[in-house]
Order: sequence, then C-alpha cells, then structure tokens
Amino acid sequence: MINTRDILETIGMIQDEHLDIRTITMGISLLDCCNSNIDSACIKIYDKITRKAEHLVKVGEDIEKEYGIPIINKRISVTPIAMILAASAGDPVKYALTLEKASKAVGVNFIGGYSALVQKGFASGDEALINSIPEALSVTDHICSSVNIGSTKAGINMDAVALMGKIIRQSAEMTKDRNCIGPAKLVVFCNAPDDNPFMAGAFHGPGEPDCVINVGVSGPGVVSSAIAKIPNGNITDVADVVKKTAFKITRIGQLVATQASQRLGVPFGIVDLSLAPTPAIGDSVAHILEEMGLEKCGAHGTTATLALLNDAVKKGGTMASSHVGGLSGAFIPVSEDAGMIDAVRCGSLSIEKLEAMTAVCSVGLDMIVIPGDTPAEIISAIIADEAAIGMVNTKTTAVRVIPAIGREVGDELNFGGLLGSGPVMKINTHSPAKFISRGGRIPAPLQALKN
Amino acid sequence: MRSVITVVGKDMVGILSKISTLCAENGVNVIEVSQSILQDMFCMIMIVDVSKCSLPFGDFADRLSTIGNEMNLCVHAMHEDIFNSMHKI
Repeated sequence: MINTRDILETIGMIQDEHLDIRTITMGISLLDCCNSNIDSACIKIYDKITRKAEHLVKVGEDIEKEYGIPIINKRISVTPIAMILAASAGDPVKYALTLEKASKAVGVNFIGGYSALVQKGFASGDEALINSIPEALSVTDHICSSVNIGSTKAGINMDAVALMGKIIRQSAEMTKDRNCIGPAKLVVFCNAPDDNPFMAGAFHGPGEPDCVINVGVSGPGVVSSAIAKIPNGNITDVADVVKKTAFKITRIGQLVATQASQRLGVPFGIVDLSLAPTPAIGDSVAHILEEMGLEKCGAHGTTATLALLNDAVKKGGTMASSHVGGLSGAFIPVSEDAGMIDAVRCGSLSIEKLEAMTAVCSVGLDMIVIPGDTPAEIISAIIADEAAIGMVNTKTTAVRVIPAIGREVGDELNFGGLLGSGPVMKINTHSPAKFISRGGRIPAPLQALKN
Repeated sequence: MRSVITVVGKDMVGILSKISTLCAENGVNVIEVSQSILQDMFCMIMIVDVSKCSLPFGDFADRLSTIGNEMNLCVHAMHEDIFNSMHKI
C-alpha cells in the first residue's frame, strides 16, 4: 500500500528538489540507409528518422502529464555518420543538414551521432567526417558530434588526438560570433559507450538493435537534500542515503522507459542513472560534495567524496532497473553546474583537480572553457591525458572543451539554457607540441588482455 | 487505473467539496481519502479510480491544477505507479 509519507516525499522530490527525467533518447540505426549515392542515403535517413520518431515528443509529453514527472528533453541518437559516409562518400555536411531537417520535423532538440569511431585508426569515411565537423556544427543548431579516439582494447590513436585538437579550435573559430558554441556540441571520447542517452556524446553504436529507447534520469538536488538530512551521519550512512536515493530516482527512470517503450512500440534499451546537473539553483553535483562536508568543491577531499558518490549512485541504481547502461554515475560539466561555476570563480577548482575527478566519476573534462589563444597541441594533449585515464582504468572519459576565442582567464562565456555559462579556466601553457607531432598509437595496456 | 491526488496548502472551507465534485462530474471514483491539518496547513491525499474518467487524464490533471490555483493550493494528480515503483523493492 502507498503511504502518506512516501507520497509527500515523491512530490517534494519533484516540486522542490528538481527530480526529473533528463532525457528520453530514441536510438535509431541508419545502417539500412547506406547507399552509394549520398542524396539517396539522405532521403532514406530523413524518412527513417521521421517515421520512427514521429510520436516521440507527443509520447514524452503524455507520460509527463500522467505521471507528473517532468521529462525535460526528447532526443535522438543515430549510427555514427562516418559509417554511412563510408558507403556513399560525398560531402558529409549533407548528412548534417538532413539530420537537422529531421530533428525539426519531429520536434527533438538534439540529434547525436555525427560521429566517428577511430580508436585504432581511420577507416573509409572517418577522416572526411571529422574534417567536416566544424562546418557541420556551425551550419546546424541541433546536431551533436563525437569522436572516439581510444579504448582499453585498442589503445589511443594519437593521429586522431592531434587532429581533434585542430578540429576543436576550428569549430570555436567558426562559431566565435555565437559564444563559440560549436565545441559545446562536440565530445572526444575514450571508451565511448554505444548507448549513452545524454548529449553531446550520444550515438547509436554498432551492435545496438534497429531502434531502441534509452532514458537518462537525473536528480542531484534530491541527493543533496537527502544528505542534508543527516548532518551528523558517518560516511557509511552517507553512502547508504545516496544508494537509497539513487534507487528511487532510477525507479522513475525505469517506469518512464518501460512506458515510452510500450507506447512507441520500440524495445527498451537502458536507463542511464547519471546525476546530471543543470545551472538552476539546487541542481548541482558540486553542492552534493559540499553537503558531504567540503567548504568548496575543488578543495582537497573532492576526489574522495566524488568517488563515494559515483559508486553509491551506481549501487543504488543497479537494483532499480532491469538494464543499466550509458554513462551511469555523476557528471561534472563545469558550465552546467552552479556549484562548479562558483568554485572556479573563487579559485577553489582548477583543471588539474577536475582531471583527478575524472578518474573516479563517469565522464571526463566536460563543458570547460579555456583561453581563446590555447594552441591546438595543448588541446590535443588535454585529450591524450584524459584518454590515458580512461584507457588504463577501463572507464569512459571524454573531453568537451571550448576555446573562448578573444577571451582569457577572468572572462566568461555564456551559452544560455541548459549549457549554462563558464569562466575561462587557467591551463598549463608549457608546450607538448613535440609529443603531439610524433603521431602513431599508444599501445593498448595490459588490462586489455583480460581473457 | 488508479491515481493519487494530493492537495497541500492553507486550510479553507470547501477544499474537499470542490475536488470531490470535480471527480464526480468526470466519473472518477474516490477510493480512499486521508487528510491532516497541522496548525493551518492542510494536506490531503486521495486515491481515485480514473479508469472511467470522461476526460483524458492529462486534461483531468489540468482541471485539478486550475482549481488548486484558484484556491492557492498545490494540487497534483499522478499515476499510482510512480509511487509504487519508487518506494518498493
């Protein structure tokens, strides 16, 4: 039987603590749209997406109404476009424009998958796709792009790493009149998951079914409030509270995912039980860490508290869902987290600390604004560092940095909406140019030989 | 299909009456009601059967919200599954 206390707790979580479903993402395979003629392929892609996702937004809104839980975004992820490009050749930006047209037709706010998987090397289509990314991201608003440059099994493709540093710079230059928004839609991964529902790194990996529903939940505010209720609890109690809260949050994700899957006639993929912050007050992962007992996020102790949080979220969430996947953990996107922004502004949080944090949470260096004059090789070296952490620790890491063209440390970039705003962070400007110019591959570590 | 209607706000005359009238007008059967008044804060939880509701659930929930706003109360109607799934293993 439902009891009064549980009901009020749920209502409180939704009304006051920003509990929401962050996204319902429909993953659509475009492999059957491959065609040696690029225009024919584009027509097939547009038709398939508009057919499969025709009711996605409406179903999301219906579920939101019936269950009383906000569903913030409805999105789509597709097969890495480099794979489709391999069959057709031609100008990849045509695919970007097709995806953009399809996203407007069905009403989703982002389509992810303008991507390439190059962890061991470049195959047909990969380099052409990657080189087209800056243009594609500047002529579209709804496309997100990602490139996987390394994995535990394959090692790190340092040629791709060198290239991505340049691509990120170019993308910033091409969108410098729009707050450099290009790189905010571009993620460079190591060990990218095939079923991540969150943007900008979502794509529908090979090996996934033809069409699938993945749900991303969120609720940093709920976790914060739960911990605030035990100010004198010991660390074990804190971990327990986080686990139980993560269970409840994930259960909502599971419920919404099964409903969406039934109503759309599409198989249920996974629930991604990530704590994803927004710039709104009370929706911050940094504040959870501060609630655990740090004066400011970024202080010594941040890595330990984040490790505890990330692990407890996973443990609590796994029991709540039949299939857990995606990134599943705690996100630390700097510009999207009010507490992080604060910590950077007051000098408590540095990029070096963020790098340490990426070793224990589920993403990497995310939504970090760097000085506009940062050379491509330094961006590449930042990517290489993050990839090494991911490769050696068999986890996903990623880099989404935004060079703020024309600005320096002390300035800020404001993207607006869910992408928030970010202070320009200080980075180490000594040059890694010689290292990056060598090219080649960092071999897969011993951990790859798990068989 | 069962739904949970919650009403929270300052106590005043006519809350239960207005909500139950809306339910009755739309074929919604009230199964259980629990309410408490602490000082002058009113909290009511109703479990209702909406399977014969004459409006689509979304519209019914909107009508409830409107009544709530008129009386300065927070009124929510949510499918019972959301509570069942969150609070039971």
